[in-house]
Amino acid sequence: MSNEVSGQLLNLCCGLFLLSAVGVLWRRQVSSLITLLVVQGLALTGIAGLLAAQRHSPEVIGVAVGVGALKVGVVPWMLRRVHNRVPDARETRPLANVSASLLAAAGLTLLAYAAARPLVALAPSASAHATPVGVAVVLIGFFLAATRQRAISQIIGVLLIDNGIAAVAFLATGGVPLIVELGASADLVLAVLVLQILTSRLLATFGPTDLDGLRELHD
Amino acid sequence: MTTPMMLALYTPAAAPFLAALLALVLPSRIAVWTGLLAAVAVLASGVTLTTTDATLSVSGALGLLRADALTAWMLLTIGAVAVIACAAAPGYLRHEAAHHRRYLTLIQLFLACMSLAVLADNLGLFWVALEATTIVTAFLVGHRRTRESVEAAWKYVVLCSVGIAIAFLGIVCLYAASVAAGGHGVTALSWTHLASSAHSLDPALTKLATGLILLGFGTKAGLAPMHAWLPDAHSQAPAPVSALMSGVLLSVAFYAILRYRAIADAALGPAYVRTLLLTAALASLVVAAMLLIAQRDYKRLLAYSSIEHMGLIALGTAFGVRIAIAAVLLHILGHGLVKSVAFCASGQVLHVTGSPDIAAVRALAARQPGLAGAFGISLVALLGLPPFSLFASELGVARAGFASGHGWAVAVAFTLMLVAFVAIARHGARMLLGPPAAQSTAPPPSVHRGRGLVFLGIGLTTAAMLGLYLGPLTDVLDAAAVVAGGH
Repeated sequence: MSNEVSGQLLNLCCGLFLLSAVGVLWRRQVSSLITLLVVQGLALTGIAGLLAAQRHSPEVIGVAVGVGALKVGVVPWMLRRVHNRVPDARETRPLANVSASLLAAAGLTLLAYAAARPLVALAPSASAHATPVGVAVVLIGFFLAATRQRAISQIIGVLLIDNGIAAVAFLATGGVPLIVELGASADLVLAVLVLQILTSRLLATFGPTDLDGLRELHD
Repeated sequence: MTTPMMLALYTPAAAPFLAALLALVLPSRIAVWTGLLAAVAVLASGVTLTTTDATLSVSGALGLLRADALTAWMLLTIGAVAVIACAAAPGYLRHEAAHHRRYLTLIQLFLACMSLAVLADNLGLFWVALEATTIVTAFLVGHRRTRESVEAAWKYVVLCSVGIAIAFLGIVCLYAASVAAGGHGVTALSWTHLASSAHSLDPALTKLATGLILLGFGTKAGLAPMHAWLPDAHSQAPAPVSALMSGVLLSVAFYAILRYRAIADAALGPAYVRTLLLTAALASLVVAAMLLIAQRDYKRLLAYSSIEHMGLIALGTAFGVRIAIAAVLLHILGHGLVKSVAFCASGQVLHVTGSPDIAAVRALAARQPGLAGAFGISLVALLGLPPFSLFASELGVARAGFASGHGWAVAVAFTLMLVAFVAIARHGARMLLGPPAAQSTAPPPSVHRGRGLVFLGIGLTTAAMLGLYLGPLTDVLDAAAVVAGGH
């Protein structure tokens, strides 16, 4: 594959990566949010795979395969299991409506380009110029976790943050060291598992209400 | 390298891990004691590392693990608090109907993760271990499955995962800076490599990384304004778990800030981190003082007192001179001992009175003298009165602040601590003193057995002795302060 083609494919993957995050703000149906996460996982795998091919690094190819299995397979499967317990989950009362959310996404993307300047300036590779995309997804994840009321929406916010950080790591440095990547992935799977179990306990103790109902603890 | 040192390097993580596996198969009345044994093993490793050589540096596991004076000091703290918390487990489990096995397994995994975090010679591995503590403690916080505890567990996992993800983004930025400065692979994130190459890190990127890392680990350390999860989680968890979370988990998270400060100072100069830490410290003290005044729940009272003490620890770290860092380290140990005793005693108070409300506890001194003594003395120690070591360390922080030209910050901080002092003293006096109310002529809910108080007494005695005489610990404390960049 020539460098030019692989560069264009990388740009395509980064575009898809950011668009799927914006799509998460746009849609409310939980099942389509999970599909968007799968698309984002594919884009992330593409980024990792293309960088691995450019650098001819077998270690990064292994990481790309692992990331793909995790973000396209395991995590969406776990989310679907949460979703099946609460079948009619739909974001009913988000704190920010769709048009305000999309406007916020645009603002956050601009902010990401400003914040990521030191990263872009330092890293030598052309791929580093795309790191603001990862930072933008992290910020959109924060926004989602802060403004949505459903338990599953908050889990998706946490996952967006994680995807964004992984993208920054791949684009700026070609990926964090293997052992750190392995540990962080194991932590992510376990954290989603814990959140999945807690979601069913929330359901059992509070009923299918919004997280707004979490008002037992205060000063 | 000698065998005892290698043993001391691997035991702190291996012994609790083994005890966690044993807790899965052994009956819980035996697993309680193997768990206590593992905690003693962690403490023994800490003692071995602190008493042999103050300038030690032992590494193993392909350079991923390393112990120096600062690690040894943290292991000592983890071990001491773990012994108190594990000794309180039989008393706690006696009143719990089910899930003993899960409790005993998770609490040992929690210990193993904390030991691994301080032993890791790598910022990335430290992060992995710290996030793992959030995961294993999630079900401990939600152990009782009431509405309150499930809510607390949810907030705890979501807020801490998000907070610590910010720190990971900071670590990625630091990794990029370290690779650009010539680092390679895993070593690019090793504490030793970062400390030696700090001056060649790119300043703009290090500044970004520093902000993110302080914010992320600050969340887990309970510093304002990211402290919102702390009072909920610490008040809802079973008392021995609260003891571990308040007594050491907060300090283990802060340990990364202690080590990182030296690196950031070398790359950026001391002003940047100092400003961030001073802001977080004073904000934490304001939050704690304000919310302690009208507090109604005594476990939340202790949780806010932890925010207050973490604020003081951040204040001392901001000053950055060697005597300030030494005082901070002594405060970490003293606070760990005293706070774990206070939480374990509060768990027994909860059992005796059946209510978490301060207003529901009256005349404890007359009804349960032994328990009231342990709880009352631990509150006195938390207030920073002599002879306990917290008095010495608070004095040390204040002196260091004046010596380094931050008298105004010391004045503001100690005014806020005075407010907290009055609030805790007033609430504590209400719970402990006064004549027994009329209904207390009814038989007490259960006769309290004194055995559980022995370890609480030992914890308080140790804190008092440390305040009077440090003895052989002086050298290691000084060496640890130098490792953490005190100069």
